[in-house]
Amino acid sequence: MIAEPMPASIQLDEGASPLAGKPLKPLKLRKSELVKPGVSGWLMLTVLVIAVLAWVFPLWLTVVNAFKTAPDLLENGPVTVPTTITLANITDFWTQVNFTQKLWNSIQISGWTALLAIVLSFLTAYAIGIGRIKFRMWVLGLFMIAFTIPQEALIYPIYTMAKSVGLYDNIWSVIIFFAVTQSAFGAYMLSSVLSEFPMEILEAARIDGAGTLRLLWSVVLPIVRPTLLMLATFFFIWTWNEFLMPLVLLPSNANQTVALSLGATSGQYTSDPVSKAAAALLGLLPSLIFFFIFQRTLLRGVTMGAVK
Amino acid sequence: MSSVLAAAPAADSAASGKTVTAPAARPRSTKRATRRVNPYVWYVIPGVLAFLVVIGGSFGATIYTSFTSWNGLGTAKFVGLKNYITLMGDEVFWQSFLHAGVFVITMALIPSALGLFVAALLFDYIAPRFGARISAAMRAMFFVPQIIPITVSGVLWVWLLSPNDGVINTILRNIGASNIALNWLGDPKYAIWAVSAMLIWIQIGYSIVIFMSGLSRLDPSMSEAAQLDGATWFQRFRMITFFQVRPELSVVLLTTTVAALKVFAPVYVMTQGGPGNATTVPAFFSYYQFFTTTKVGYGSAVATVLALILTVIAIVILNVQNRQGENQ
Repeated sequence: MIAEPMPASIQLDEGASPLAGKPLKPLKLRKSELVKPGVSGWLMLTVLVIAVLAWVFPLWLTVVNAFKTAPDLLENGPVTVPTTITLANITDFWTQVNFTQKLWNSIQISGWTALLAIVLSFLTAYAIGIGRIKFRMWVLGLFMIAFTIPQEALIYPIYTMAKSVGLYDNIWSVIIFFAVTQSAFGAYMLSSVLSEFPMEILEAARIDGAGTLRLLWSVVLPIVRPTLLMLATFFFIWTWNEFLMPLVLLPSNANQTVALSLGATSGQYTSDPVSKAAAALLGLLPSLIFFFIFQRTLLRGVTMGAVK
Repeated sequence: MSSVLAAAPAADSAASGKTVTAPAARPRSTKRATRRVNPYVWYVIPGVLAFLVVIGGSFGATIYTSFTSWNGLGTAKFVGLKNYITLMGDEVFWQSFLHAGVFVITMALIPSALGLFVAALLFDYIAPRFGARISAAMRAMFFVPQIIPITVSGVLWVWLLSPNDGVINTILRNIGASNIALNWLGDPKYAIWAVSAMLIWIQIGYSIVIFMSGLSRLDPSMSEAAQLDGATWFQRFRMITFFQVRPELSVVLLTTTVAALKVFAPVYVMTQGGPGNATTVPAFFSYYQFFTTTKVGYGSAVATVLALILTVIAIVILNVQNRQGENQ
């Protein structure tokens, strides 16, 4: 449930570009430079370690109970490690909800959304940031609405629209919706990055006779590719974790996403705690793996827009 | 926008009969006529069109529907302001906004305050003493709830909080505090605070990450000077850190306030708005009107009010923030 970063300001021409990516600067301290912790230091560390343990405690519960047998849980409680490790809870849930299919649906929805949203936001941002088209502030102001409007204010027309064009209960309804909403955000962020694109490079390419398409493809794109990839990472995980739209637009089991395989069916398959834990483990594992692979990108991206 | 409107009639007449010659269609000046359209305009068209159809069109349709009585089938009947008048007298509607207000406290204010405190501790207390790797690892741990799908968090917390076999109550009973082992989600008095607990758990990582990056941007000399003058860590936090991260603070408050007012999924997965209406929020209330009672017009009115409130809040906060930026 990563909150969508809100753009720090609507001014395009001034202020640092939020995406230019101030990396999370680690404190560069060598061992010799460390302050001696002292008693209060150790005490504070202990307090924080306890807080961290409390924060990951639900994850601990998920992991230990997912591999536990029901009698083991009854006897020894939920906090301890399993006495015998069983994979039955996990395989049961996997086959019951056809988790392979859910994974594939989520991958398709998030992947296509990220791709389409990147293309759309890059094109728009190119016109605004590099092309400096008239009314660019109007366009950006319009896109602002995408941040504030709740999905509930769009859902019913989207639902009827999807039905009338035959995309109801089809993953493309969700893909299109998220590609458009997220590209509004992406265009916003990218515009301010591109508005600081080095003028000399653009001029040199124009003098060499490069048209707008050529400029976009061979000059601008290679330079902003890392930023685009960062945005794509975010689009992917936001879409992966989305709830309301898939809930409404994808009613049938065959089209549901990983995030929904638990929410909508929690009563259906997961009555006892060990199956619940197994379901939760399967539900969070893809996101967790994704997080650990893209940790640096994601943590840096969260701060974009926050630092002026 | 003005030139788009001005250009339209000319295009119309040209298309309709081609009786108007090009120079006559643009009588303003010859200079204008020779200037070419900015070639970059083509690139903005797909994004803007998609936005206008999917978001603009849908929002417009919702606003229109809010002035009608409609059950989702057949034709909508225009009823003017009736839905809004009903809303004003609907106790559940006001309750839902009251609950949204509670979530602003527990999802925006508390996580921001706690997050700032933890970020400062990690950044200039733990890191200088135990190394940056430890503080970075802790930051990542706090952030993990942010990336877990909300449905998973919901399932986990419902289990943690369940009255009989819930982990929290089991622990409470084991330490002899069975009198406070309550029915957290089933009792209207506590349900909203139980949901809030999960929201704090989820949100704190976001503010920690943003504040830590804000702190790394700062000039450490001021804090060092204060330290030499004998200021304690807490004094430095209160007098220096807090003021230096004000830009980050307003961003965090803006994003989390908007997110708090939009809360839907946590309520949907944990309580379905209940018990009774104890945890109903505007987003859930409108969803309920759309798909359960099928009072689509009424639900649209709720959603429209929520959208307007969110937009106003965002504009106000952004303005305040820009003014702050200019003063600095």
